[in-house]
Amino acid sequence: MDRILKMLFVLLIAKPLVNLALGINLRQLEKLPRQGPYILAANHNSHLDVLVLLSLFPISAVHRVRPVAAADYFLSNPLRAWFSLHVLGIIPLQRTPDRKNLDTLFGQCSESLDKGEILIIFPEGSRGKPEVMGPIKKGIYRLLKDRQDCAVMPIMMRGLGRALPRGTARLVPFNCDVVIGQSMTELGDPAKFVSRLQADFDELSTYCLTSTLAEEE
Amino acid sequence: MDLSLTSFIPHHSMLLMAAVLAALIIAQAIYQWLNMSRPEHDYTELHLRIRSWWWMIAIVFVVLLLPLSYTILFIGFLSFMALKEFLSIVPTRMTDRRVIFWAYLSIPAQYYWMSMDWYGMFIIFIPVYIFLFLPLILVLIGETKGFIRSAGIIHWGVMLTVFCLSHAGYLLLLPTKNEQAGAIGLVLFLLVMTQFNDVCQYVSGKLFGRRKIVPKVSPNKTWAGFIGGTVTVTAISILLAPYLTPLSWKEGLLAGMIISVGGFVGDLVISAVKRDLQIKDTGHLIPGHGGILDRIDSLMFTSPLFFHYIYYLHY
Repeated sequence: MDRILKMLFVLLIAKPLVNLALGINLRQLEKLPRQGPYILAANHNSHLDVLVLLSLFPISAVHRVRPVAAADYFLSNPLRAWFSLHVLGIIPLQRTPDRKNLDTLFGQCSESLDKGEILIIFPEGSRGKPEVMGPIKKGIYRLLKDRQDCAVMPIMMRGLGRALPRGTARLVPFNCDVVIGQSMTELGDPAKFVSRLQADFDELSTYCLTSTLAEEE
Repeated sequence: MDLSLTSFIPHHSMLLMAAVLAALIIAQAIYQWLNMSRPEHDYTELHLRIRSWWWMIAIVFVVLLLPLSYTILFIGFLSFMALKEFLSIVPTRMTDRRVIFWAYLSIPAQYYWMSMDWYGMFIIFIPVYIFLFLPLILVLIGETKGFIRSAGIIHWGVMLTVFCLSHAGYLLLLPTKNEQAGAIGLVLFLLVMTQFNDVCQYVSGKLFGRRKIVPKVSPNKTWAGFIGGTVTVTAISILLAPYLTPLSWKEGLLAGMIISVGGFVGDLVISAVKRDLQIKDTGHLIPGHGGILDRIDSLMFTSPLFFHYIYYLHY
């Protein structure tokens, strides 16, 4: 049932919204995996990010794509929680975890990867200021450090923070860039992983066509 | 009842459409032949370009044959796609979101005036009312840093992608004066001549081009390309204009020159925009061609120029 809801949502809402109201300058779609276990590491600027990423997949594969999202925000009211869990199929994550239980924190993520699913993770942890990239966190490294079967694919998006930034419900149409990178299998140590991912994002952003002026302080 | 195509496509327009399809079939055949006889070359780009031409021409032909209100709706949608692409590549401020939202709303209004054939409103709405209204919104937003730049960029985009492009649609509302070509004759003439001009300037530039006109803006534009293209297009226009429009052959001569020079300038202007932003294409919407602005750059300039030329002479 949830699977059908998600397919209908992507087919009837996400894809038309992303391709008509917005518009995507897409680079290297052919590199996008269809099968997990895989982690898509994308920068985060807008609620639209998840819709855009879901719309890249064929309808037959969307049920395998699971966004990892903050439990404190997405489960905060019953309607939002129902939509997040049953339509988007998110994996809720505690953003302020109990330091002692770090192992159980990623339990659901690991199970999902074991089932061959594709996780969407925003390593900045929140949308932050529109069109400004925040520091990358080490969650992906912690999740993957004990497994050999899963690669990380960086995806750079630009322009969505201008179409629908944090704190507004008014969507203004803009074309957006989605640049898919090289998948990364060797993670190294945490600091090295973070700097490599950051370097990948920087490199991918050179392929972006859209531009926004930096916001005034 | 006669339901064949000939019963509702005017004769001359149908022949032109057939000629365009024939040209496309020849292009496809040349590509197939090149691909077969020279397997060491990579013709992917050419393949994508021709395939996109098939799609674009199919869409345009179908849209032109639909009832008028659908055709207007489609051109309005084209304006929306072009404005969206323009506003995405030029740098604007986050606070400009609100004024950009209003800029988009000018599109349904402009095409609504068109659909009701209110020429007076159609012709002043964007150059007067939107021109004065957008700065008001900018003032209400209240951010003065970057004000001039935003006011200029946003209105320039609306003028190019909405005002200029909508003239191509208004050709359909002019009373038919060439019965054998029908209402779509004018639009077909404009579209075919504009695109043909792009091709002619490109080909004669490749064959004979040496001296560059504006090397800083576009290294591919040469005097030979420009002159060769203009001469060819003007000659074809002398032959085609009386066939598809109310213009005489003498008037067709000037129409060909207007389209040729206008198309050349439009192409250069969008090239200059891309140079300024340091990008190669304005988008990835049309495989092998780039963005929608890359395709309609010349049309944005030839549409109002051709429209007002014919409007002055015959309406």
